[in-house]
Amino acid sequence: MLGKKVKSRVFYLILLLATATAVIFITLKSLEDNVVYFYSPTEIYNKPSISFNKKIRIGGLVKEKSVKKKENSVNFIITDLKNEVIVSYSGLLPNLFSEGKGVIAEGLLTDKKYFVADKILAKHDENYMPPEVKKALEDAK
Amino acid sequence: MLNKMLKNFFPGKIISLENKWINILLILMIFVIFIGLIYALFISPPDYIQGDAVRIMYVHVPSSFISLGCFAVIGTASILNLIFKARFMSLIAKSLAPAGIIFTIISIVTGSLWGKPTWGVWWVWDARLTSMLILFFFYFAYILTWKFVNDFEKANKISSIIAIIGLLNLPVIKYSVDWWNTLHQPSSITLTSAPTIHYKMLIPLIIMLLGFVIFSLIIFLMKYKTEIMKFKLNKKK
Repeated sequence: MLGKKVKSRVFYLILLLATATAVIFITLKSLEDNVVYFYSPTEIYNKPSISFNKKIRIGGLVKEKSVKKKENSVNFIITDLKNEVIVSYSGLLPNLFSEGKGVIAEGLLTDKKYFVADKILAKHDENYMPPEVKKALEDAK
Repeated sequence: MLNKMLKNFFPGKIISLENKWINILLILMIFVIFIGLIYALFISPPDYIQGDAVRIMYVHVPSSFISLGCFAVIGTASILNLIFKARFMSLIAKSLAPAGIIFTIISIVTGSLWGKPTWGVWWVWDARLTSMLILFFFYFAYILTWKFVNDFEKANKISSIIAIIGLLNLPVIKYSVDWWNTLHQPSSITLTSAPTIHYKMLIPLIIMLLGFVIFSLIIFLMKYKTEIMKFKLNKKK
């Protein structure tokens, strides 16, 4: 049905796509440390080699009742519900920063459990709803 | 045979497509976007955590959909074009690029405006945002090739290959939020499960998407008509 020329073009395209896929896959795989925007506390915990003088990001949830505000610094715990990292930070917090919500901290680890952040980002999830629905959901709990 | 069938399929009809149809689409678009905006800005509720900032979603998400959708069609048309040498396929692809790049820019800009009040930053180099920027560069390279390579056959070949390689970026954009840790939240609307957007917010989102699709269609039809006329003129020379 397909002519010889058409067949050779199909073959060429498949080859092109396969090569490009392989190149992209290998590149992304080898750069995984940079593609991943943040680590969870568990990933930090399991990481065999951690550099303590290189900036990294840790992400997870702000543990409930862990936020302690002092004059112009704040301490809180990032948790992924398995492991935790204590974060200390001084500076402005984003509006959406709150307990039980997603957060990403950028800064330096002093050890595997303690993190000094110089930037805090709020991460929100894929759930969108009006306030009264949220309230109804919580009341139903 | 398939070759011939594809070639005889479309171009002649598009030329005779009257401006009347484009005008009808234009009126329809204004109507739909008007309703969509009223719904998005006044009727739909604020989000329980983001407040009114969530309203940026009604522009951001449809734009992103269209920017990816246009490129998917451009890539597919380029494959068919390279395999079957169906010229009008390359003209379809070429004509979709302007709408695609416009909505890619809108998506990135509104995303940035949304990021500041919610995340606390305009831009981060996470996988979703970066792959979206790469999509922009693919559009850019694609359009530039058509602009600056004068020989039609050559421009056709180069741009098609750019589009086909760019096609591989689309699943990376789509699944970046699942494959890697990103600042960008995962998809709320998926094929496999119920949307995690409340229906009062989903309605304006869908209306706005419809409005943007009609807008893209208009831009596409206008561009496609000129492209076919240009192509026929060049052939006569």
